[in-house]
Amino acid sequence: MALLTMSGSPHVHDNDSVEKIMWGVVIALVPALFVSIWYFGFPALKITLVAVASCVAIEYLIQKFLLKQEPTIKDGSAALTGLLLAFNVPSNLPVWEMIVGSFVSIAVAKMAFGGLGKNVFNPALVGRVFLLISFPVDMTSWPVPQPLMQGGFFADAITGPTSLGILKEGLGTGQTVNELVMKMPDLMRDFLGNQGGSLGEVSAFALIIGGIYLLMKKIITWHIPVTYMLTVFLFTGLMWLINPDIYINPVFHILAGGLLLGAIYMATDMVSSPMSPNGMMLYGVGCGVLTVLIRLWGAYPEGVSFAILIMNAFTPLINRGFKPKRFGELKNQKG
Amino acid sequence: MLKTFKSGGVHPPENKISADAAIQSLPVPKRVYIMVTQHLGAPSVALVKKGDDVKTGQLIAKSAGFISANVHSPVTGKVFKVDDFIDQSGYRKPAIIIDAEEDTWVDGVDNSDEIIRDITLTKEQIIQRISDMGVVGLGGATFPTHVKMMIPDGKKAEFLIINGVECEPYLTSDHRLMVEKPEEILIGTTILMKALGVSKAMVGIENNKPDAIEKLSHIAKSFKGITVHPLKVKYPQGGEKQLIKALTGREVPSGKLPIETGCVVDNVGTAFAVYEAVQKNKPLIERVVTVTGMAAAKPSNFMVRIGAPVSELIEKAGGIPENLGKVVGGGPMMGKALMSLEAPIVKGSSGILLMPVEESRRVVIKPCIRCARCVSVCPMGLEPYLLAQVAKNEMWERAESERVMDCIECGSCHYTCPSGRPLLDYIRLGKNKVGQIIRSRGKK
Ligand code: SF4
Ligand code: SF4
Repeated sequence: MALLTMSGSPHVHDNDSVEKIMWGVVIALVPALFVSIWYFGFPALKITLVAVASCVAIEYLIQKFLLKQEPTIKDGSAALTGLLLAFNVPSNLPVWEMIVGSFVSIAVAKMAFGGLGKNVFNPALVGRVFLLISFPVDMTSWPVPQPLMQGGFFADAITGPTSLGILKEGLGTGQTVNELVMKMPDLMRDFLGNQGGSLGEVSAFALIIGGIYLLMKKIITWHIPVTYMLTVFLFTGLMWLINPDIYINPVFHILAGGLLLGAIYMATDMVSSPMSPNGMMLYGVGCGVLTVLIRLWGAYPEGVSFAILIMNAFTPLINRGFKPKRFGELKNQKG
Repeated sequence: MLKTFKSGGVHPPENKISADAAIQSLPVPKRVYIMVTQHLGAPSVALVKKGDDVKTGQLIAKSAGFISANVHSPVTGKVFKVDDFIDQSGYRKPAIIIDAEEDTWVDGVDNSDEIIRDITLTKEQIIQRISDMGVVGLGGATFPTHVKMMIPDGKKAEFLIINGVECEPYLTSDHRLMVEKPEEILIGTTILMKALGVSKAMVGIENNKPDAIEKLSHIAKSFKGITVHPLKVKYPQGGEKQLIKALTGREVPSGKLPIETGCVVDNVGTAFAVYEAVQKNKPLIERVVTVTGMAAAKPSNFMVRIGAPVSELIEKAGGIPENLGKVVGGGPMMGKALMSLEAPIVKGSSGILLMPVEESRRVVIKPCIRCARCVSVCPMGLEPYLLAQVAKNEMWERAESERVMDCIECGSCHYTCPSGRPLLDYIRLGKNKVGQIIRSRGKK
């Protein structure tokens, strides 16, 4: 008999792992990826592969040669960052810009903070915002989606503005919401996947399917996505009731732009979001309010990335202030 | 809907592979090693010395202090020596080592199987008898039972709760006892009710033991004031605070004792020991121990004498397997890994778990990904990741204000962490330190 193992209890462990969680999110994003490839063709696939490959490679190189530690790329977190980053850019983004964005995500937003679990901000969003600020033109000329059969797989994309872009631009020149809506694809198309915009924003339907998968696998909980979307819905709904000429209806706000992608996949990033259920709900509400403020009154048509990054910064404070319900803290209990 | 506690909890695989193995009485061991102190509280004092002759059931170590307990000889024979011996937690502690010659009981013990229902002793006599016979909590905590029966001034007991949950995976000693000795358990329960002066007792059993639920429910009809409650299978349903919550909806306030909620909780094994002590005048010198695990050749439930070496039980359950990697005293969630198989069975031993090498390997520890799973499974509403982190950084004050002392060491956090972080190891460290700090504050 060999020497007995000595270790503290418990002696059994759930067979969940970091790998399973990360790859689980990747799987949840696959339907949306397919829809993107369907509408944007080969460029969508290409930009996704570039992002994933560069994120993984950059993490590997940093760990191997700079930090001299055992590379941990197998845990799937770098690949997931790459995928999410790709989902947040237009499919016709130049490859070299994609690589720069990946570098910022992994090297700056993740490894510089100490690697997996230590980063304050969502790495994919940091990469995206960096790209948006550095290459504003490339980052906001969105290819118009065309189903694979019509456009041809390798065809050059025609670019155009997003619905949110049309709105912000148009309102600025004094047009009413009603006039502008004529210029947009209808809501049903937003829902199923015909929305001009970032790769991953194209189909609300595919994103929701993936979200349900994540909930079922218990990788995320409902707290953040539901409070986030509900806040956006109520806030924009209120404004719409006040003046439908300058404020568009709340359903549009939910389906357009990166809200679903942000609420389901980005704001729920475990590392950068709060730990207690109450904290998560406050965080969701905060993301919602900030998103609407930026969309309605900010300089950018879309506010999801900024909103989430700002709330990421508040996460440590929220964790300090919002504790789970402690057992034995009941008041007025018979003693 | 089955009753359960509200927040947290996990579902480890139940693996009750010894559930159908009837309790088997083991022969009296050749040599027994009786730890002088086998309870939670002040150490007991040995009454015998090398060369003394002792009989089965004779008092050999005496309770010393208010929270303390008597210990009796489990065999008849000669004291080989009184010396330190390795216990199940791996420490060397005072023990009385006896070479057994035969099995002659002291006078006055009724060693028959005849069931005696009439309770003739008064409340005070019952408590005295429980104390005399060295009964302690057999669920694992080993708190002296007679002390639990003495309700502090100003408090009042309303319910007696009998814990037949056995939520630890693998263990079946309580289960078998409920199936094989249901009437004795309920008489023991009635005795405890009398001692406490309560008219209601609730027996909580996890729903994965339908035979025990059925037996006890059926017999309980002929007892006054005892009800049997099936509970949802969820770990740690058998935690004292979680069980009270499930059955009464009341929460034991942080830092307080269960009596604050009007409840006293005793394990089914304890109820059985109380029956034997009070009705049969029999000291606590044997108990049911499950020997199980994926490496066990014959998963079994044994009635064994206290002081038998663990190795002897393993022998009787089919021998030491080739691929043995780890031996745990207790269940897989809260038990302790044994350093030596010579460590003896004590009053608190509920099981011996034999784990194969494949299951014993330490998991690779990854960075915390802040997934909050540990937070969501903690039945005490704590933040295990944070407690572990502040304990690691020796921030004792923060650990205290984050209520490290509320941790019941159930292991759910550690069980569930996808990064395999040894959260409970750090939290235990924090509890030790903070406990010391609180005690030294009390002295000032
Ligand atoms: S379960 Fe593990 S990885 Fe998740 S938050 Fe807790 S300690 Fe961190
Ligand atoms: S912190 Fe303590 S009570 Fe909470 S899950 Fe971990 S071991 Fe159990």
